[in-house]
Amino acid sequence: MNNTASVPGATASHPASVSIDGLHKSYGSLDVLKGISLEVGPGEVVCLIGPSGSGKSTLLRCVNLLETPQQGVIRIGDVEVTDPEVDIDAVRRRVGMVFQQFNLFPNMSVLGNLTVAQRKVLGRSEAEARKTAMLNLERVGLAEKAENAPAQLSGGQQQRVAIARALSMDPELMLFDEPTSALDPETVGDVLAIMRDLAKEGMTMLVVTHEMAFARDVADRVVFMDGGVVVEEGPAREVVGAPQHKRTQAFLSRVLNPTQVDAPED
Amino acid sequence: MAMTARERAKVSRGVQYGLLVVIVIALVFIADWNTLISRALNPSVMAQQFPEIITVALKNTLIYTALGFVAGMSGGILLALMRLSSVAPYRWIATLYIELFRGVPALLVFLALGFGVPLAFQVRFNNLVTVMLALGLVSAAYIAESLRAGLQAVPKGQYEAARSLGMSHSRAMITIVIPQALRIVLPPLTNEVILLAKDSSLVYLLGMTVSQYELTKFGREAISGSGAGLTPLVLAGVCYLVITVPLGLLARYFEQRADARSARH
Ligand SMILES: Nc1ncnc2c1ncn2[C@@H]1O[C@H](COP(=O)(O)OP(=O)(O)OP(=O)(O)O)[C@@H](O)[C@H]1O
Ligand SMILES: [Mg+2]
Repeated sequence: MNNTASVPGATASHPASVSIDGLHKSYGSLDVLKGISLEVGPGEVVCLIGPSGSGKSTLLRCVNLLETPQQGVIRIGDVEVTDPEVDIDAVRRRVGMVFQQFNLFPNMSVLGNLTVAQRKVLGRSEAEARKTAMLNLERVGLAEKAENAPAQLSGGQQQRVAIARALSMDPELMLFDEPTSALDPETVGDVLAIMRDLAKEGMTMLVVTHEMAFARDVADRVVFMDGGVVVEEGPAREVVGAPQHKRTQAFLSRVLNPTQVDAPED
Repeated sequence: MAMTARERAKVSRGVQYGLLVVIVIALVFIADWNTLISRALNPSVMAQQFPEIITVALKNTLIYTALGFVAGMSGGILLALMRLSSVAPYRWIATLYIELFRGVPALLVFLALGFGVPLAFQVRFNNLVTVMLALGLVSAAYIAESLRAGLQAVPKGQYEAARSLGMSHSRAMITIVIPQALRIVLPPLTNEVILLAKDSSLVYLLGMTVSQYELTKFGREAISGSGAGLTPLVLAGVCYLVITVPLGLLARYFEQRADARSARH
């Protein structure tokens, strides 16, 4: 018997796999996802890239049921989350979500943000929740900010708190929706470094990002979406370094050379 | 003689102050101070009003206001949740109610409850219940609108973050959304209490025993006494201000705190 491996917050305890098959989502007459299929193995990191409006956020939000897809199947581990009978709250307890706008609770301290769901959802005691919260704050390097209000932190620090908040629930899967897009350039690196550590520790991660260096270096696989379909997917270095499809090439050259003007008009 | 915008503003402000001073001086000289003081600010009449104006009238005004607010809050919370419900008939009923009771003078509601309901249903509530119902019915409509606006002002991401952490709908509302909405609605709710304090004067319509008099009724009874003049009403007015001015300051404090909070975001 060896219990030393179960230190809370040190690693993903049971990283889950995600399996998406034939996913359709529309808003009224607007088809946003047109049959998406995608596999993420346990402990795997998959980055979703693609132009604005291609449906990346919608796909991510379907995985934790913030949106209800019209068609298709999503499994997390061996639970079919698209089953109409499924306990949505139980699914979300296993899935951590990090938003572009952080969405920290402004009326609670940093520590309060990390403990409230542990106590109200997982039923942990105050002391237990606090202990897990402090471990995760240390992990993101913000233990000394525990008593601060979120508004007193920089954007990058707020996002690190948001990651620690999600990790405090001991998730089996983490979803990131452009976690660094709202940040000042100098704070982006801190957030990416934490995500890199998390990937190394074996967390299953599905990450929407425009940080191509991160996708190339950290992701196991990269999925390029456009117009609600998966256009190209494969090993990170291949998709980012040597894209096969024309639309992927065009997108990557735009993202990697944002200052380059296509054709000077006058 | 070109003037800069700043100079022009300075001159304009000077003229405005000058005008104010002239008006005040004119009023001071035109007013018949002796008559005014003896009829409206008579010290001996003032002294006669005590202690009842405090121990009965002010106390009852506060009780009626508090009862009205409790009833209005209860109704307002219910109506606000109905307005935001996904069940269409709930929304229709709430909208109808809010439009009806915002559009009708409180006086008519008092008359309807005091005289219409007893005729229609052969029941007669005691005065306290009627006051509570009448003030509650009217203020519930306003409170519901404030609460709805407050709930909608909490960013959607707050609710989504709470749900993403595994909270149920009601848990997310109670723990995350409603506490933030309450901060937003504190200023309008405080203003609603001010309106209630003033509307509680309408109780006089119901006919009351002496021990039920509130400030306005108390003042009106007192001036009908021989030679009392207007002094009791002036005193009643001062008592209203004792209630409403601190509340107004409180509302402004809440507003500034909310502004400071949102400025930091
Ligand atoms: N709640 C909604 N109602 C209607 N249309 C929506 C809704 N949410 C998203 N859409 C539409 O769905 C399409 C895909 O949106 P989505 O946010 O998934 O794109 P995205 O790939 O995340 O883009 P971005 O890079 O700009 O975040 C867009 O055209 C968007 O306008
Ligand atoms: Mg998006």
